[in-house]
Formats: sequence, structure tokens, C-alpha cells
Amino acid sequence: MIQAPPLLQMRGIVKSFPGVKALRGVDLELHSGEVLALLGENGAGKSTLMRILGGAHKADAGSIRIDGREAPFNTPQDSRAAGVAVIYQEFNLVPGLTAVENIFLGRETTRGGLLDKHTERARARELFQRLGADLDLDAPCRCLTTAQQQLVEIAKALAFDARILVMDEPSAALTAHEVGRLFEIIRDLRSQGISIIYISHRLDEVFAMTDRVTVLRDGSNVGDRLTANITRAEMIQLMVGRELTDEFPQRSTIPGPARLEVSGLRRGRAVRDVSFTVGRGEILALTGLVGAGRTETLRLLFGADPREAGEIRLDGRLLNIGSPSDAIAAGIGLLTEDRKTQGLVLAHSVRENFALPNLERLSSQGFVRMRAEREEFARYVEQLQIKIPNQEQRAGNLSGGNQQKVVLAKWLARHCEILIFDEPTRGIDVGAKFEIYRLMNELVAAGKSIIMISSELPEVLGMADRILVMHEGRITGEIADPRSATQEQIMRLAIA
Amino acid sequence: MKPSRLFADYGMVLVLALLCALFSALTFSDQSPTGEAAAIQVAKMLGQGGSRPARVLIATRDQPDDVAYAAALQRLLSAAGSSAPSVSVVRGEPKDARETLQRLAASGERLDVVACTQATGAWLVFSNLQADFPSLGEPRFVTPRSYRWPNFLKSENLLNIANQIAVIAIVAIGVSMVIITGGIDLSVGSLLALSSVLSARLIRDYAGGIAASPAGMLLCCLVAIFACGAVGAFSGAMITRFSIPPFIVTLAMMLVGSGIAYILAKGQSIYQIPESFVWLGRGADFLNVPNAVFLMAVLYGLAHILMSRMKLGRHLYAVGGNSEAARLSGVPVRRVLMFAYIASASLAGLGGVIMASQLKSGSPTYGGMYELYVIAAVVVGGTSLAGGEGRMFGTLAGAFTIAVIQNGMNLTNVESYTQKVVLGLVILGAVLVDKARNTR
Repeated sequence: MIQAPPLLQMRGIVKSFPGVKALRGVDLELHSGEVLALLGENGAGKSTLMRILGGAHKADAGSIRIDGREAPFNTPQDSRAAGVAVIYQEFNLVPGLTAVENIFLGRETTRGGLLDKHTERARARELFQRLGADLDLDAPCRCLTTAQQQLVEIAKALAFDARILVMDEPSAALTAHEVGRLFEIIRDLRSQGISIIYISHRLDEVFAMTDRVTVLRDGSNVGDRLTANITRAEMIQLMVGRELTDEFPQRSTIPGPARLEVSGLRRGRAVRDVSFTVGRGEILALTGLVGAGRTETLRLLFGADPREAGEIRLDGRLLNIGSPSDAIAAGIGLLTEDRKTQGLVLAHSVRENFALPNLERLSSQGFVRMRAEREEFARYVEQLQIKIPNQEQRAGNLSGGNQQKVVLAKWLARHCEILIFDEPTRGIDVGAKFEIYRLMNELVAAGKSIIMISSELPEVLGMADRILVMHEGRITGEIADPRSATQEQIMRLAIA
Repeated sequence: MKPSRLFADYGMVLVLALLCALFSALTFSDQSPTGEAAAIQVAKMLGQGGSRPARVLIATRDQPDDVAYAAALQRLLSAAGSSAPSVSVVRGEPKDARETLQRLAASGERLDVVACTQATGAWLVFSNLQADFPSLGEPRFVTPRSYRWPNFLKSENLLNIANQIAVIAIVAIGVSMVIITGGIDLSVGSLLALSSVLSARLIRDYAGGIAASPAGMLLCCLVAIFACGAVGAFSGAMITRFSIPPFIVTLAMMLVGSGIAYILAKGQSIYQIPESFVWLGRGADFLNVPNAVFLMAVLYGLAHILMSRMKLGRHLYAVGGNSEAARLSGVPVRRVLMFAYIASASLAGLGGVIMASQLKSGSPTYGGMYELYVIAAVVVGGTSLAGGEGRMFGTLAGAFTIAVIQNGMNLTNVESYTQKVVLGLVILGAVLVDKARNTR
């Protein structure tokens, strides 16, 4: 029997960057009308492979065939001509242009030399109808939500009849509800004959959505399986190359009495009268849909935004927090949701990033004590097992997990009593996640208190001592015993 | 520090060295030593002659250089102590030399050495000394020898380059700080003019004009610098409190500053300043190094320490690299920005005072286009306009690159209009080289 050649066939793809061999001869196949999960830890080579498919990088060796015929993939134009659309994690949209303008960017419809806005608009509306979505076509893209921006990206791909759609971590910044919506769209697209390569760290999604799984590790393909024939444990084992007994490390700490008391916190519509307490050695999780006001609440606590009302007490003492420096001085540290734009100065060395909140202590008479700085950072590198070649390494060149550890080191050196973790494991691979969880456990064991914001419900259930659920700026529910709670229980409170 | 890191940080130094080599090669020419340098050379030649001369005649023209030569040579020869020769000096025309020789011959004296300058050595009166004045004996005839050396590399020229760029380089320190925070300061040229006018006018009207005391002048200059600092504080406040882009704020301050300078000066230059005021701009008290250059070196040293070793320096870099991350790490972002703009404006004020001192006047036309030369110096020095990176000595190298190009083209007789074209292209080229180096 002669089988039809696969829609996409990548063979022996090799790609090196200065000092790193990112891909060591990867094979990958994608069949027509299939959703393929591409799995692997950060740094396994998934993104590089997809960048080659998208024409953003050129492979050093290897071939790419479409319908059995070899095709060039040297530029994004080549890739587009072959019917491939790649939606990168950081979207490729011009923030100031509208959805319509973005969709037709670079292949505008013209009539008599002028833009044919009418036709463009009609096509765009048709595309969004096909996606079952309704959004403001005239609003600049920066005013759209992340989910809406993603829809614009998908529409952009459909607009030039892409047959292969690559989605890099499409659910990372979406709420559970929006993820459900995304799945419906993906199923629709598949039924329309479009093949999808789906990259995600969330294994639940992989089981829910995909037909087949390809796992990369250290730049090589280590397994191709049908999703139906693989277990969660096997998947993790393939990804990390060892057996993970538990996703969440055990903790024996019992939370003590309340240390931080927040009452009546308020700012506009985002935060309306929020009160809670956190105990010594407790991990308090704050969850809810994106936009529920979780990050906003903790930004008020940290002094990053001005609050309209509310009192903050630590160990019974009223804190006067008007700026982040005040919060830091009071012993509160914030690990921001977005490490790249808020947590780190990417162009600077990890040592300088580490020292930034600690310069007060690491300097005398205004002069930085360079030796003390280096020695102290070296201690934390050792303690947190941060993998860096040397202290002068640029923070921007590290993997997500190592970046998060550098941020954590910053605050640990500050001896913060209250640590706020905003989405601590976003964009971090399975192995590094486990280490971050372990570190959180060590911190609470040492008597620190942690407030964690997370959209990943398994993480919330697995790590928290207590869960607060927010909806539209208010706390709508408390779950005192997460071990016996379910994801459905949380979702009911979050949708309220 | 590793050599590769050093090159990455200060690659401009290499370009600068290449430029210096180029201009040295282009300006290689005959050098005739004059004045003290010639005297040192001649004294050395006399010392090598074996037996020490007992009687020396120095023949010079009546010109400052020649007078200095004669005086220096006399001093050097008499330094020999007990074996010092008796020296007579002729200053003037060939006729005077002939008279002196005749007088010496008549009195029966002998002469061991006749020391001339290059000009007097060519006088006919010395061309046949033994035949014309046999009674003088067989005097050695010595003139300074000429040698080949690049005009560019003469120490006077190098100091001249440094002195000409000192003002721009000093102003560039502050602008570097502002650019490292991710901002820009367009007002420095106008503030320079404002400071020159303000200091000159204060000296004229309140410190006693031409009879002003040093303390009075110092106070007037400090007031001018302080006033510029206040303008910087205003710009900084606009930028930090109202989030107006630095480009706009400092553009506005550029117009305001220039306007106030014209108003204060009533559109004219102010000259009623004591002669001693030029001490800062023209004096050279220490090892022949002009005072302004000395001040520049000290300020660069301090700025380098601030940026590389101090907490405030770290904060400046962090704010430029990622101001939100810096704020959330507890960096007082507003205060750091305020510092940068106040420093930049104050240093522009200092630049104005130095310029007023160099030119012994204050005028609202000083510092025109300086903001652009200063920004060019910063950028050529490898500082990114995006903020977060850059080195103080890079800026110094950038300023010197501009000065060397201008000076080299002057020495090689390139027309001033052509100079502008070349300078513009060189700035572009320098930044291109920098980009290529960084992406490699």
C-alpha cells in the first residue's frame, strides 16, 4: 500500500548558536488534520525548531518537505508561501494598529493604489466569524486582551490560507475560561483540515487536545507517541530523562499565627475592599481568572501602585507603604509575573541584578563593596543551584528557571519576611518547577510567609495551605483545606 | 579585566589610536627647534664636544623665541658651575654681530664657540669667520639641527587638542549619565551660553568688573553653575512628575535657556572681566597641562568611580536598563533621574564658565550646536541611546575622536566646509563599527 507522504516532514535539522548546539539532527512529522503536541523542557529546542519552520532562523543542516517535496525555509516569506504560520509566544502584532490593519499588514488590499479598507474589513469580519469570535475591529491592538490578540494572530494566519499552524504556549497567558474557548477554536480548525503544532508545558492540555506527542530533549527527538498511548508519568519521564515521583514536593510545615494583616484594600474597579491575613510559614494562594484583580491587589500591598484605602499590618505594626522601597524596607519582596519586563534588567549581569535591592547593605558611604557583593552572590548561586557560567552572564541569556532563581536570590538576600510570588512557574520547565516548589517549601519551613498568585489550578491545589479566590476585584471564597478541594470547586468561585 | 572585555568596552580607543597614527603620518615634516627646546639641544651638543668651551658667543635676532633661546642656553651653560664658560650675547641684526666680533677681535680675545639659531646661522657674517677674524682662533660653529617629526604629535598640538575639547568633554559627562538612564538632554548648549553670560554679567555688575577679586569671581561662577543646576532640576521634575518625554522637556529648556541668555546679555557679548579670569581657561599651572584639561581629567576620574563603583552609578544603569524592574527592586527611580538631569545641567554650567574664561567674555552665542557635538561624543564613545549601557572613558574617547579629526583636518589644510561633511560621516562610521563589534 502506498501511503500519502506526510504534510510536513522535517529531517535531520541541525542548528548551532555560539557556544550551544540547540538542535542535533531533529526529525519531525506532521500529518494532515492532526494536532501534534511538541513537548520538552525549556532549552530542549522546541522554540528553535519552530523558528526554523517559521523562517526566522536558518537551519545549519537538514531538509524540510511539504507534501513530499523539498521546500526552502530561509525567510518568513518562504515559510508563508509553504502554508506555515507560526504564532510566537510574544505576539507579532503592531500595538498601535487595529486588528484589521494587523491582519493585512504587509499584504494590504489596494484598489487604484489606495487601501481598500472596505474589502479588508469584510474579510476580517468573515475570519472572526469563522473563529466564532467577536471583537472590536477598530480598537488598537494594545487595547485588546491577550486572548483577543491571540485571535488576531490566528485570523492573520487564516487570512493567507495557512495549512500548518504553530502555536507556542498559546494558553500561558489565558484564563481557564479563555483556554476552553481556544480549544474549541483549535478543534474547529482541525475539522477544517488545518494541522496544528501545539507547544505547551501544561500536560492536561496536551491530553485534552492533541492526537500525537513528539518530545524533544537536549536538541534531539526522544519520542513520538499517540497521545492515547502515553501516560502523564511517561511523558514527564521522556521530557526530563528521569522519573519524577511527585510533581509537588512534600511539606511538613504547619502554618503559624497571622503575621501580615491586610484590610480594606481598594483601588478603582480593579481592587474593591480586599482583606486577608497570612500566617507564619504559610503559603497563601490567590487565584481567579486573569483580570480578577489578584496581581493588582498585591501591587497595592507592595506599593507599586497607589492605593485609595486600606491598612497593612505586619506583626501588629501598621506599615506606611507608599512605594516599593517602603515595602522592601518593611521586609516584603515581589517576584513579578513578568520577569523580563519587571523582574530583571535583561541587559545587565546576573550579579548586578542580584545586588540591585541589596545595594544599601552591600555598600558603604555610597561605594559598592564589590568583593562582598561577589561573595554573597556566589553563596546564593550555590544554595539555589543557579546554573550560570560566571557572575557576569547577562540575565537575558538565561533560561526561565534560572532567571526565576536569580530573582528569588535577590529577595532572599534581602531577608524578606513576606514573599509575593506572582505566577512563579510561568514559562518554566518541569524540572525547574519542582526546584522552585522545593525552595518555597524551604522558605516556609524557615518561618517566612508566601503569597502566591497562580492560574494553574493543579499548582494552587498542590502547593497552597489556604486558597483565596478572587472575582472582579473581590475575594469571593476561601478554601481552607486545598488537599481535599477540586479544580471545579475553585472554578465555581472564580466565575462566581 | 580580560582583553576582549576591555576591547568591547573601549573599542573606540583603538579607532582613536588609528586616527592619531593616520594624522601623524600625514603631517610628518621638518621641525626646526626654537626657544628652549633649541637651547637644550645645543647645550647637549656642546657638552659632547670633549674639552669644555671657555668662551661662547650666542647670536640671536631680537624676537621672543630667540630671546628665550639665548636665556635658556645661558642658564644651561652657567649651570656647569666652576667650569662655566664666559658667555656674550648678541641680539639684533647681522650688523650688530659684526660689531661685536670686531670688538672681541680688537680686544684680542679668543672664542671657542659661536652658538646660533637656525636663522642667525645663515648670516653671511659667520660664513667665513676664520678668514675674517683670524685673531679669534678657531671657534666651533653650532646651530640647532632640524629633525623629522609629525606636526600632529608635537606636545603643544596634543595639549591644544585637549584644551579645545575640554568643554565638550566635561559637558559630555553629564549627558552620558542622562543617556545611560535612557533619556536625552538637548539643553546643554543653551545652558552653556546662559552660564557664560550669567557669570560674566555678575562679575561686571556685582563683583566690581575689571577690578573683581578672585573670591568674587569664584562666587559669581558658582551662582551661574547653581542656576544651571536649577534649570536641570526643573527639567527633571517635568520628566519625573508629569511623564513628559525628556526630548520634549529639554528641547523646551534649550529654547528657554538660550532666550534668557540673550535677554541677560541684551544680545551682546560681555567683556568687562578682569584679566586674571582667564586662569581657568588659558592657564597651565601643573606640568604644562592646561588647567581646563586638568579639571576635565579629574572630573572623568570621579565620574568613572561614580558609575563603576558606587551605588548611585548602579542605580543610573538599572533605571536605563529597565526602569520598572529597578522601581520594583526598591530603586528610587525619580530621585536617580533628578540627579542625572541636575548633574548634566550643572556640568553644562561649568562648561560655560570655562568657555567664558577661555574667551574672556560671556556671550549668548557660545555653545551653539554643542548639544549635538556632545551627543555625538557620547554615541561615538559606545553608549547606546536606548540606555542601560555605556562607559565614561568611552565618552572621553568619543570626544577626543571628534577633536582629533577636527585638528587633523586643520593641520592637513582641509577646508572647514569639507570638515563638517567628513565629521558627520565619521560619526556615522564610528557607530557602525561599534554595532558590528557588538553583534559579532
